[in-house]
Formats: sequence, C-alpha cells, structure tokens
Amino acid sequence: MGLLDRLASRRPDVGVLVRPADSADQSVFTTKALRQFLSTLTARETPVLLDLGQVIGTNVNFFGQELGCKIFVEDLFRDLDRFVRQDKAEEFSEFLKARFPQEDASIDGILCWDLIDYLDRPAAEALAAQLTRVLRPGGALLGFFGTAQPRDAHYTRHLIVDDITLQYRTYPAERGRQAALLNRDIIRLFPRLRVSDSFLLKNNLREILFRKPT
Amino acid sequence: MEKDIVNIGKSVVIKGELNGSEDLTIEGHVEGTIELREHVLTIGPNGRIKAQVFAKSVIVLGEVNGNVTASEKVDIREKGSVDGDIISPRVAIAEGAHFRGSVDMQRKGPNQSQVPGQSPSHPDAKAQGNKTATQSAATTPQRVGA
Repeated sequence: MGLLDRLASRRPDVGVLVRPADSADQSVFTTKALRQFLSTLTARETPVLLDLGQVIGTNVNFFGQELGCKIFVEDLFRDLDRFVRQDKAEEFSEFLKARFPQEDASIDGILCWDLIDYLDRPAAEALAAQLTRVLRPGGALLGFFGTAQPRDAHYTRHLIVDDITLQYRTYPAERGRQAALLNRDIIRLFPRLRVSDSFLLKNNLREILFRKPT
Repeated sequence: MEKDIVNIGKSVVIKGELNGSEDLTIEGHVEGTIELREHVLTIGPNGRIKAQVFAKSVIVLGEVNGNVTASEKVDIREKGSVDGDIISPRVAIAEGAHFRGSVDMQRKGPNQSQVPGQSPSHPDAKAQGNKTATQSAATTPQRVGA
C-alpha cells in the first residue's frame, strides 16, 4: 500500500476525527493541491520541508513521522508581527533577504501558506527570491492566496487532517492582509518556477502549486 | 520505589557543563551543555536554558534556546518555548507552545523501510491529532471544491 493510500485511511469517513465547523474561527475544507504537494515529498528518501507558518504539533508529526521529513519551522508570521509592532514594516524585505540559512537547492517542499498576502510588494519579492533559491529542482511550493481583502487582522493556522483535508483556525495579527494579488502578479513573483496546479476553492481561497524545473 | 528527582531552583544560575545520572528538573538558568543521556530532563515554567541538551526525554514548560537531542521524546508543553533544532524519534508540541527550528525524527521516507519499532500511529501522535481533531459521528466535513 503506497503512502497516499495509507493517508487516505486517515480520512474522516474512515476513522480520523474532524471537528465540524461550529464557530467563526475554525473550519474544515478540502484541498486539491496538497496531495500533489505531498507526492513530491514521498518521492524522496529523506525529504526536507520548509514550513513558513506557526508550528502545529500535528503537522510536525504528520510530516515527520508519516513522511519521514526533516522539517524547518520558520514562523515568519511571528517575525512580521515583530516588525509591524516596532513600526518597521518597511524593513521586512531586507530582513527576509538574510532570513534563510538553508543552502541553495536544499529544500524539497515549501509550505508558504497565505503569508504572501500579508506582505507589501518589496517583501513579497524578497521572500519569493529566497524561496526560489532554496527550493531544489523538482521541488514544490504550495501557496494560498485570498481573493478579497478582509477587514479583520488575523492569521490562519492550517492543520493537516489528511491528504485532502485541512482544518483552519485564526489567531490575532498585528495587521491584516496587504492585498489580494491577481494570479498574474503571483506568477510574476516566481519567474523561475512554473505553475503546476491552480485551484479556486469554494471558500474563495486560491491554491497554487509551483514546481522548480529540473 | 520512588525515583529521586533533582531540582535546580529558580534562583540558581549555572554556566558550563551540567551532567548527571538521574532525572532533573530545572527552574533556574543554565548556559552551556546539559547531558542526562539516560534520564528525563524537565525544564520547569521558570527554567531558562541557553544550552545544548542531550537527554533520554525532554519536557519543556519554560524556555530553551539551543539544540535538543533526545533518544526517546521531546515534549513542548503549552507555554513552553524552544528555539533550536530537535533530534528525537518522537516529538509532541502542544497548542500554544512556541517552536522555531528544525525537527528531525530520523525516520526514512515512506518508500523506504521504516525504523524498527516505530509506527506512524504512535500514541503520542494520535493524542496530538485527537486534541485538534474530534469528530461527531453524525457529521462529515463539508467538501468544497473548485
């Protein structure tokens, strides 16, 4: 039985428990790109994952135990909050240029989540350049992008339930999303990557899976 | 027979190498290296560690700035904080804990043979999953799609 089949046994209809959406700040939704992203990792013997979001214990165990990944948890949302609090948001782009100690082409998969939505353009470009640098040829980057700019200032934690299901919870942010980028603007951020898959979900979230050509 | 647990109190500051052959709870400040290779190290809520840590198991309720290597498990509790790299076959990170660094469980990918005696369905991994994902038998997740 392949890994993705074993992950399927974790789906809610078989046995994994999922809390239904019953409050304003948590919900479950189906992801279409995650499975393709995971297949990039499962093809490697010792995959290396870069997670730009806040640490989530279940995600760490998912990637570490089931996929055998080495995981870098970076929590750039925390860094961004610090810069905003100190009224130095315009300096975040320079910070990002030196933020990633990983070597070139050393990362198999990057979970960007929806971080780019919270960045101004210079910071988004600096981040995209660094992510492109560290991603190995054949590696994948998964990003989420909103379609509207919400008024509330909050971040979203995405819990991986199984290979097609995510559960999200919001938590406070120092400032809200900076823009709802057009698809062409998102693609232009990553000129050296190609779009492998792109989905618009019913919750108006765009999932875009990039791959670095070999 | 009760096991002895040594406590390092809040006011104690240690700089250098700290090693021992019994379980240890630290509520003070330690800088340097901590080695308890066959025992359990607990960093209490007031513990502040700037050190490389080696132990059988490590429980973090306070703050660790340094790499943590455990032969069995690293457990970061709700208000615990670790900035550094973790090497351990089992890692539990509670909601509300802070962690930044790398995690290496020293497992091979799914296409390789698993490490003997280690199962993806480890009770701790399941406990973490159940903490954040509970199911009502009467409901199924709402499927959304493009």
